[in-house]
Formats: sequence, structure tokens, C-alpha cells
Amino acid sequence: MTIKPEQNLPPRAGFLNGVIVPEQPGKNAIEVRGVRKVFGTGEAQVAALDTVSVAIRENEFFTLLGPSGCGKTTLLRLIAGFDFPSEGEILLYGEDIAPLPPFKRPVNTVFQSYALFPHMTVAQNIGFGLEMLGKPKAEIQARVAQMLKLVKMEALAGRRTSQISGGQQQRVALARALAPQPKVLLLDEPLSALDYKLRKEMQIELKRLQHETGITFIFVTHDQEEALTMSDRIAVMSSGKILQVGAPRDIYDRPAERFVADFIGETNFLKGTVVSKKSGVATVKLASDATVAAGFPEGFDPSGAVTVVVRPEHADLIVDAAKGTVAGILANVVYFGTDTHYHVKLDGGDNFIVRHQNSRSGAVAFAPGAKVGIVFEDDGARILRD
Amino acid sequence: MADPRTIDIKDQPGFRSIAILCLCVLYVPILILMIFSFNTGSLVTHWEGVGFGWYGSALLNEEFHRAAQNTLIISTSATIISTIVATLAAIGMTRVKPWRGLPAAFMVINLPLMVPEIITAVATLSFFALIAGAFGLNFGIGNLILAHTVFCIPFAYMPIRARLEDMDLTLEAAAADLYATPWHAFRRITLPLLVPGIMSGAALAFIVSFDDFTITQLVAGPGQTTLPLYIWNQIRRPMTPEINAISTILLLVSILFVSVSFLIARRRAK
Repeated sequence: MTIKPEQNLPPRAGFLNGVIVPEQPGKNAIEVRGVRKVFGTGEAQVAALDTVSVAIRENEFFTLLGPSGCGKTTLLRLIAGFDFPSEGEILLYGEDIAPLPPFKRPVNTVFQSYALFPHMTVAQNIGFGLEMLGKPKAEIQARVAQMLKLVKMEALAGRRTSQISGGQQQRVALARALAPQPKVLLLDEPLSALDYKLRKEMQIELKRLQHETGITFIFVTHDQEEALTMSDRIAVMSSGKILQVGAPRDIYDRPAERFVADFIGETNFLKGTVVSKKSGVATVKLASDATVAAGFPEGFDPSGAVTVVVRPEHADLIVDAAKGTVAGILANVVYFGTDTHYHVKLDGGDNFIVRHQNSRSGAVAFAPGAKVGIVFEDDGARILRD
Repeated sequence: MADPRTIDIKDQPGFRSIAILCLCVLYVPILILMIFSFNTGSLVTHWEGVGFGWYGSALLNEEFHRAAQNTLIISTSATIISTIVATLAAIGMTRVKPWRGLPAAFMVINLPLMVPEIITAVATLSFFALIAGAFGLNFGIGNLILAHTVFCIPFAYMPIRARLEDMDLTLEAAAADLYATPWHAFRRITLPLLVPGIMSGAALAFIVSFDDFTITQLVAGPGQTTLPLYIWNQIRRPMTPEINAISTILLLVSILFVSVSFLIARRRAK
């Protein structure tokens, strides 16, 4: 088995209608430098953000991904100006905006609850930001009309916001935040209140809006699938820290830490011991005495007892147990329509799931209870920091 | 087991009879008072025939006019001042960082609701007597306006505060996010959404002031008779159905007032 050395995939700037939009090595729109945010005082002090630094590029669809309480919303609120950092700087095109109140920042927010003004019409909501900026009436009208067209809400301009559906409210909230042409648009889990189908539709819609407006989007979500499908780059957060920043492919295929691998997608964890190491690849002896070659992230020196991770789709099931990287007894077969999951009890005692894409032809029938082998794809096994 | 919420209150034994009894106790006396205002005779307890004579004499009664005028001046002024103060207090207690004196301030605002009115009345009377004695100050009808304003504040405060607390703070954050200064966010977002609260606060304050007897009776100087005081003075004499007519007029004014504020609140809520 050959193992490719650690390589960095080129960051994807965007993907629309089958055309990959090239990354423009542009400026940083937002630069967060050593930001700490502490709530409470004395003994009850909680660090919601623990010295976070990240740079968000111009025109990028950037996602802050993590479980609830990881600090992603706090970071967004600091960028919006609803809260102020305890330490550190937030630069918007090189200028520190951290001490400015929200109404002095050229940054707009789409709120989770939309926060549309209930006493105003759809058009008045969209025009509010421009009005506060003191734009002339004619310009506001023209811009509102343009925004209504952009989010396909022309017919409902005169409606009260209580008279439109959740999906339509979402569009109005987007149009309202985009109307003043902010330098950065912040989105705080804006799709979480929508049902599944509408959410899928809005994901594509958001991507389209970002391309058409060319505005930098910072998107907060706890939904890994949403993050993977929409983002140019993702920052995975946990307990007030950013664990990894990278393109969706990087994050998924080359998670830097065990938490990232566990949080995004499904992963098999195998216990083992490092036997030898050379140029980014270690040979690990697993619990079943089988040895496997596993890559590891840069700047990490694995030794002793380690955990090896393998994605379920980076492994394949074979009939001949002796030819597999590892072997075990097939315990369960779960059919999902698009694919099938094979649950295997490995010889060393670990559980392992293999995902197999279903097709019309060539379905190999594995019966539960059979002795099977598992082959890892090249570069399929990796050692991660715990 | 059935969801308790599916139980229809109307099916509960005794509900109908208790409800009818309560409604009778509340409204039959008022109904009788109104019916006797159309009496042609001069006794409030002896029916002689239908006529509008007592309404005519009430509307021509100079004393009634003066009392009505005093009441309107006092109640309107007290309503406006107390509603403004209550609005500011409610904002200062819900839209700022919690401050040290907050619970104490809340207590002070609500004190008039808890102190027996007669005590407030005596205290107010001695206060005005004291400043009149010490500084020779007498604000005339201003004394009554001041006294009314004080006890109207908690009534105006309650609905305004409730409305502010129910309001989604994200709306104000959204306004600030869309370049509204704190003043603009207040004027364009908070205030318009607060109007129903302010209206019902003002309506409550007006009714409480309009209706006040105890404090007014003690504080009022000569020529400062309000409607409740006037009615009370009338019933100490031999009563005529004129008093019924006056009461009916007051009742209609109150109903009109309450209906208007209710309609405004309903339109706003839509």
C-alpha cells in the first residue's frame, strides 16, 4: 500500500453551476487577533472565547462551525458589535473595529429569529438601514426595488412582516441586511428555523446571493452538512477555541484533531501503538496485531498509544479476510437506500463501520456472521491529536 | 387521561349559576342607577315615568360643570405627567445595565399601590400644609395634580414595563446593526412598539385619577371640587335622580374612553 505524503489541497473559492471559481488571493476582510471574551467575574468567570485568531478573506463564504456553547455566536456578536472583546483586536480591512458600537460598523447581521420590525412593511424593513444612513429617498426606493428583485419578493413589498411565511421572512431578513451593501454579512444560524426542504433551497439561494453581491459572508452553524456544502472555508470551534480552519475537503479528509473528525461526518476510531515513523507516515500496530500505515498532521509527533481514524467510506469490505488491512466478523448490515453500512466487530475488539455506495449492479452480498476483511484506501487512516 | 385543557368550563357544575350571580351583583345596581336617571319623579327610589328632565338639569348645573372642568384638568395633567415619568422609569429599569438601586427604585415606584390610600392622603395633606406654612407656597390646583400624579405613576408603569419586557431585544439590536443610533432605534423601533403599553398605562392612570376620592377629599382646597367629591356632596342632601343622570353621563364617558383605548390597542396589535 502506498501512502501519499501530506499535501494541501488548493482552497476552493466557490463552486457554481459546475464552474469552479478561482480563488483570488485577496485581502483579509476580517482579521481576529488574539480575542478573548470572558463573561462573569471572579470565581464564576467563564471564557466564551479563549484567545481566538483567524483571518477571513474578501469575498469568502466563511463558516464558524461547532456545537452549541463553542463560542461561535459570541465571536459573531463581537464582529457585529453587540458585545466587546475582553482582550484582542478585530480588524475590518486593517482597521480595528472592536471598540465601535454596532451602528458605526459597516457590517450587517441576519439574525436567527430574523428580527424583522413588526410595525413596518417588507419594503420599509429593507429600506431601514439605508434610511438610517441618511440616503436620499430616490436612492432608497431604487435599492429596495433591486433587493426585492434579488430575493424574489417584489410581489410582497407592501405586506406586513407578520403576513408572510417563515421562508419569506428569511428572504426579507437577508435583503434587509444586504441593502446597505455591508463590507461583511454576518449570518447567525439563519436556516435553523426552516423545514428541511426549504433549508436545502435556501442553502443554494444563499450561495447564489453571495456570488451575485460579492460580499464576504460569515456564517454560523452547528450543522456540519450545511457547513460542508456552502462554505469556501470552515473554522471548526470547540470550547471557545478554533481547532482547525480549512476548505471543506481539508476539514473532512484531513481533520487536525480527534474532535474535528468526530464532529464532522462519521469516523471509526481504532486504538493502536506507534511502531515506527518516517516522513509524515507512521506504522501503527492495532489491537488485533495488524499493522497499518497512517498519516498525521504537520507539527504533530505521534508516539506510544494513539488513536487511528478511518472514515467509513475510505474503507472497503472484501470476502478474503486474510487480504484485508484488518479483519473481523460482520455483525450487522444497515441499508440506507443510497448506501449500505456494514458494522464489523474487529478481531481486536474495536467496532468498525464500512460505508458502501449502492448501485444497480455488482451488489456483493455479505451475510451477517461472516468473516470479512477490510481494506483501507490510500491515505485513509490517520493519526489525530486527542 | 384526558388533557385537562379539553375540559369545557361551561360544563362544570354550578358554573352558569355562579357566573350569572357575579354578573348580577356587578351590573344590576348600575343598571338600576341608569334606569332611575330617566325617572320623571324626584325620588331615586320611586318610579313615576320616563323622561329626560334630570339630564337637562344636570347639563345646566353650574356646579357640575365646574366639577367636571376641575376633574378634566387634574386627570388629564396627572395622566400626561405620570405616563411620561412611568415610561422613562420603565425604560431606565429594563433597557440599561442592572444598577445597584434597581430593586429599591422598583419598590419606591410601586409603594403607592401598597400603602393604604388614607395614609398617603394624610401624608400628602400634611406635606402641603408644611410647605405652605414654611415657605408660604400653595400651587392651588397644582397640589391636586401633583398628588394625583404620584399615585398614578405605578398604574401607568405596570403595563409599560410589561410591554418593554415582552419586547424582543433582538429588534433593538437589529436596528443598531442597521446603523440606527440609540436615539433613532428608540424612536423608530422601541417607541412605536411600546405605544400599546403607553396607551393602556395612560388609560389606567386616567381612570384611577378620575375616580379618586380619598386623597382628593383631603387635599382639595376651596373651589377644587372634582366630580367624585361633587357626587359625594350631593348624596348628603336629599337625593334626586339628577345624581343618577350625572353618574350615567360619567359612566358613558368612561365606557367611551376604555373602548377607544381598547380599539387602539387592538389595531396596534394586528
